Amino acid sequence: MADVVVQRGRTARTASARKGASLHNALRRKSTVAFFLTLPLILLIALLVLYPAFYSAHLATLNKSMQKFVGFGNFTFLFKRETFWMVVKQSCIFAITAVFFKALMGFIVAHFVHNIPAKGQRKWRGMLLVPWVIPPAMSTLAWLWLFDPSYSAFNYTLSFFGIGPVNWLGDTFWARFSVILVNVWYGAPFFMIMYLAALKSVPDQLYEAAAIDGANWWQKIWYVTLPMMRNIIAITTLFSLIVTFANFDIVRILTSGGPLDQTQIFATYAFRVGIESSDIPLGASVSLFMVPILAVAAIFILRDVSKRGNEA
Amino acid sequence: MSTVSIDKAGPRRKVKYGSMSRDRAWALRWSYFFLVLFAIFSLTPPLYMLITSLKTSAEISAATNPWWIFHPTLANYVELLTSNQFLRFFWNSAMVSIVVVIVTMAISIPAAFALARMKFWGSATLATGVFLTYLVPDSLLFIPLFKVFAVVQEWTGIPLLNRWYVLLFIYPTLTVPFCTWIMIGYFASIPKELDEAAIIDGASWLQTLTRIFIPVALPGLIAATIFAFTVSWAQFLYPLVFTTSVDQLVLPVGITTTLIKGDIFNWGQIMTGALLGAAPPLIIYAFLMDYYIAGLTAGATKG
Repeated sequence: MADVVVQRGRTARTASARKGASLHNALRRKSTVAFFLTLPLILLIALLVLYPAFYSAHLATLNKSMQKFVGFGNFTFLFKRETFWMVVKQSCIFAITAVFFKALMGFIVAHFVHNIPAKGQRKWRGMLLVPWVIPPAMSTLAWLWLFDPSYSAFNYTLSFFGIGPVNWLGDTFWARFSVILVNVWYGAPFFMIMYLAALKSVPDQLYEAAAIDGANWWQKIWYVTLPMMRNIIAITTLFSLIVTFANFDIVRILTSGGPLDQTQIFATYAFRVGIESSDIPLGASVSLFMVPILAVAAIFILRDVSKRGNEA
Repeated sequence: MSTVSIDKAGPRRKVKYGSMSRDRAWALRWSYFFLVLFAIFSLTPPLYMLITSLKTSAEISAATNPWWIFHPTLANYVELLTSNQFLRFFWNSAMVSIVVVIVTMAISIPAAFALARMKFWGSATLATGVFLTYLVPDSLLFIPLFKVFAVVQEWTGIPLLNRWYVLLFIYPTLTVPFCTWIMIGYFASIPKELDEAAIIDGASWLQTLTRIFIPVALPGLIAATIFAFTVSWAQFLYPLVFTTSVDQLVLPVGITTTLIKGDIFNWGQIMTGALLGAAPPLIIYAFLMDYYIAGLTAGATKG
């Protein structure tokens, strides 16, 4: 009621005041309010994400001094380099192996946590999630020290079992093994927590029904748990694939791509070429190779997310 | 039916006779056994940081049992906490993270509110766009962003490269999409009756946001805040690219670049620094674990 009185009082005023009132009304309109509420977000995405992303494609077509347009010159140069193909191979090995073991370990650990009485779960969940909470650059330093060639705590421990000193970061195989191990250590808790949430949402009746039908442990997992968790498994795996594929910290700190660029992945190689050797266009070209893989994963995730939205 | 009830109550009761509960007890023992193994795997690196940080350099370089401290000392802590350099890193990290959290919340709360409740032209597209931005990794953007800021610095004359405050512009590209995305989820779960009643009572959109949505969605807000903080605190690639002078570095880059001098690794101090760098997120997590986990599961799965 009070609102109406105010409005009427306003219309009686001069023309300029009326203009002010219409502006005031416009500001109250839903679309205008919504526009102003989202404006900072739109600006941020447009200026600091979208624009740089397209700018990156432009940069990739320039020569090293960024004076001349060379078209696909940078890409043809990369295709002729053996190092580049090693980076492609290593990125795929790294991402696929790491995600597979993260998912597997997360799945197993989630089951064990789910198995124990609810009272103690919080404590275990808390301990097992710690690797995910520590900044990866900090925890990778601890791993670097554990892998240290001369004072390695791992080698010291292994020597008791008669296993000779392993050159963790100096040997190609072990260096690859190490970066994947650290990535699994860091990323498995994420899977664990997602799968645990999924496990908790599976209705108990389904297991009860399966138990009455005489299903054993394995059949329960195969016919009840997995189908119920399929969505979350798919979305978590795809999401992790993106993150792992674009990983930088772990490889950079642990091996900086060595020995002989054998552990270099797209992000570290782009940094090496683009920032350290200051060939920005070539670095941009390297990191652009992540786009197709990210796009495919994003499309699948998006399809899943919108499907979920439609069901709800 | 009876088997079912035994099965459910199994873990809390004493083991009873009957194959079901005996299987259950064994499953439980195995669960604990493997959980202990996984916990050892999870906690070894942080514990080893702690062990090393309490050792003298002489003990670190001696070939003694690395898992035991023979002469515990706080020297590493004293040295780091009194060095201007380290305090500078810590201060830079804290400044950047706190400002980024505030900026992130100021951008993402209103945007999430608009996207969750006010259907307007393009709102669905924008929500999808936010989600896609959340999937764009830092390792794709660091090169073009570096060039963009170099050009801006050239044009305006404002020194941006090699200044810690440039990170205040860059980190929100990581935190804002993520926080907006989880806030949309939380806001969407608030019953429509609440804000409809407020609008009927004559509240404006902004009042609806501040009086109803923010208080009701406070758990989601806390989760988003924790995430924005941990993401900014842990960022490594952007500060490595954008800052080089020692007084401009944040903690992760500062520790990795200044404490390692050539081939000489001062492991006692590196581990102490790493532990102190890991402490703020760990402390927050210790107190707000449930919010953290709620945010984690909401952020990646809620549609």
